[in-house]
Amino acid sequence: MNLWSWILLAVAAAYVIKLSGYLLPRKLLDRPVVIRLAMGLTVGLLASLTILNTVGKGQAIVLDSRLLALGAAAIALWLKAPYLVVVLVGAIAAGLGRLAGLP
Amino acid sequence: MARFTPATRMGLSIAAAVGVYGVSFGALSTGSGLSVLQTCALSLLMFTGGSQFAFIGVIGGGGTGAAAWAAATLLGVRNGVYAMSLKTLIEPPGPLVPLMAHLTIDESIATATAQTDHDERVRGFWTAGIGIYVLWNASTLVGALAGDAIGDPRRWGLDGAAVAAFLGLLWPRLTGRDPVALAVVSALVTVIVLPVVPPGIPVLVAAGATALWWAWQQRRTAAR
Repeated sequence: MNLWSWILLAVAAAYVIKLSGYLLPRKLLDRPVVIRLAMGLTVGLLASLTILNTVGKGQAIVLDSRLLALGAAAIALWLKAPYLVVVLVGAIAAGLGRLAGLP
Repeated sequence: MARFTPATRMGLSIAAAVGVYGVSFGALSTGSGLSVLQTCALSLLMFTGGSQFAFIGVIGGGGTGAAAWAAATLLGVRNGVYAMSLKTLIEPPGPLVPLMAHLTIDESIATATAQTDHDERVRGFWTAGIGIYVLWNASTLVGALAGDAIGDPRRWGLDGAAVAAFLGLLWPRLTGRDPVALAVVSALVTVIVLPVVPPGIPVLVAAGATALWWAWQQRRTAAR
């Protein structure tokens, strides 16, 4: 299947999940285990995507200027910078690392 | 003319703050190899930031469309829980439910649940939901066109921006020891399985393993 098909399938799945919360009987979803699973999944996925984007390159682990971006973004977040500033700080840190000759 | 209430003011300020980071989504998406049209389709039709970032993150890392679909879908599960909690708060009118479902995201729910009065909750939900929808899509287009013009994502440190974008989504959820432990476990599992499974799959393995561990852990604590 091409990328467009997967985009449309992902769009459909996202919408069905949202809609199901309104339409399904409450007792089906309103269970502590469902709520915990949803929250656990969210944290787990975001943590995995963060580290993957930091050190992953295909199936290899590569340590490069992206580590600087991770550190700089963490400091910005700790200082309560707005989201867009955090993203910019990440880009600038990686860019500066490469300017300095790091991989 | 409609008067501003605390809920509409809160909804509008959240929309202004969050809506603009569609720029970073747009730029990273075209940097990951999606076209401008595909990027805009995600913002218009999927409209749930975390899942959109997950989708392009997996594609950008060389993963398959199927893996991207799975990561985006799993990350969207929380929206179902949000919808359910909103339903118990405001008893949505039937004909509006399909539209409300589309606008059910972290920020619209947060704005609604922060209010104490029924009508204010309704106003907060719609103001944040519609405000973010408009801004998010406009800024996605701007970012997509800019990202397309930049070309190679490694120039300008756009790969560093992706790292920061995901950390920024994760950060507000790291409240207390348990979510932090969960994030560390998930990151470790990702790094361990990364070299041995195809691209895109580590995210799913890590998320599945950690979510199950979390649910089981919580259940044990609750039973005590």
